[in-house]
Amino acid sequence: MTAAELDATDRTIINRLQDGLPLVERPFARVAGELGLSEGRLLYRLEQLRERGVLTRFGPMYHAERLGGGLTLAALAVPEDDFDRVVEQVNAFAEVAHNYRREHALNMWFVLATETPERIAEVINEIEAETGFAVYNMPKEEEFHVRLHLPV
Amino acid sequence: MYDSICRSEPDSVAAIPAFAPDAVDRAIVLATQAGLPLYPDPWGAVGEQVGIGGDDVLARMQAMHKAGVIRRVAAVPNHYRLGYVANGMSVWDVDDAEIDRLGRDVAGVAGVSHCYRRPRHLPHWPYNLFAMLHGKNRDEVERQAEALRIRLGSACRGYRILYSSRILKKTGLRLAGAGKS
Repeated sequence: MTAAELDATDRTIINRLQDGLPLVERPFARVAGELGLSEGRLLYRLEQLRERGVLTRFGPMYHAERLGGGLTLAALAVPEDDFDRVVEQVNAFAEVAHNYRREHALNMWFVLATETPERIAEVINEIEAETGFAVYNMPKEEEFHVRLHLPV
Repeated sequence: MYDSICRSEPDSVAAIPAFAPDAVDRAIVLATQAGLPLYPDPWGAVGEQVGIGGDDVLARMQAMHKAGVIRRVAAVPNHYRLGYVANGMSVWDVDDAEIDRLGRDVAGVAGVSHCYRRPRHLPHWPYNLFAMLHGKNRDEVERQAEALRIRLGSACRGYRILYSSRILKKTGLRLAGAGKS
């Protein structure tokens, strides 16, 4: 499916709701009013967009570290022959939230989210022990911007 | 030569006191981390799961938002489904003396979603500024990167764009402390 299969109403809803739902009573009624839709129609469209996979989720975006947890970005340089095995080993860790293959000598990039900051180092040691490869740990030292907005 | 001075000042996250969620807050986090119920009264629907009233859910979520624990309650699109098929992690080797000023500056460039300072791993990995770029095609991402390169100017000694070629896992965050009660 491509963006072409979104109609004008879908686009308006996606653009508006990437900016956030107001934290008020009957929040969907408030947004529907802004967009000239009924509350029921907005909710139905949102459900459809979620079911079709246009939205991966709709809900609160939590800040893991401010909830007391650990978060980091880490990378591995994995030889091609070992790649599938290492994907399986890394993905088996529940702490691995995202994992992407990227075009570079460091070809596996994953996000670790743990219940405590201390647990990050433990999981990294476990991944190194299991895979046999050194993990490049790249925790954020400063956050300049986190705002994904994709206009459609 | 790369300047490998390691900055040790407290980062912006550590400088902000952590919000101390109580058991009810954690139950709300658990109930909503996969998504908010799409009902006219979503707070009431969450309250039913958690065992409190919708008014209390809303008040607690407002407090978490104010504390920065909730960035926002929003639609998270699938990039690819919206036609953003080119997703590149641009990484930059920026002068340590300039990076905090320049990081804030380039974070506002169109196409940049996430922008962070991260540690170098010399000699293999000289890059200390990361900016995620999203475009309809690679040409668009290259143009975004060019706009960043111009803003970084002579403080930038090199850069790469690492395109994602496959999603190996995407489950979202398992939230810290949410499992404890």
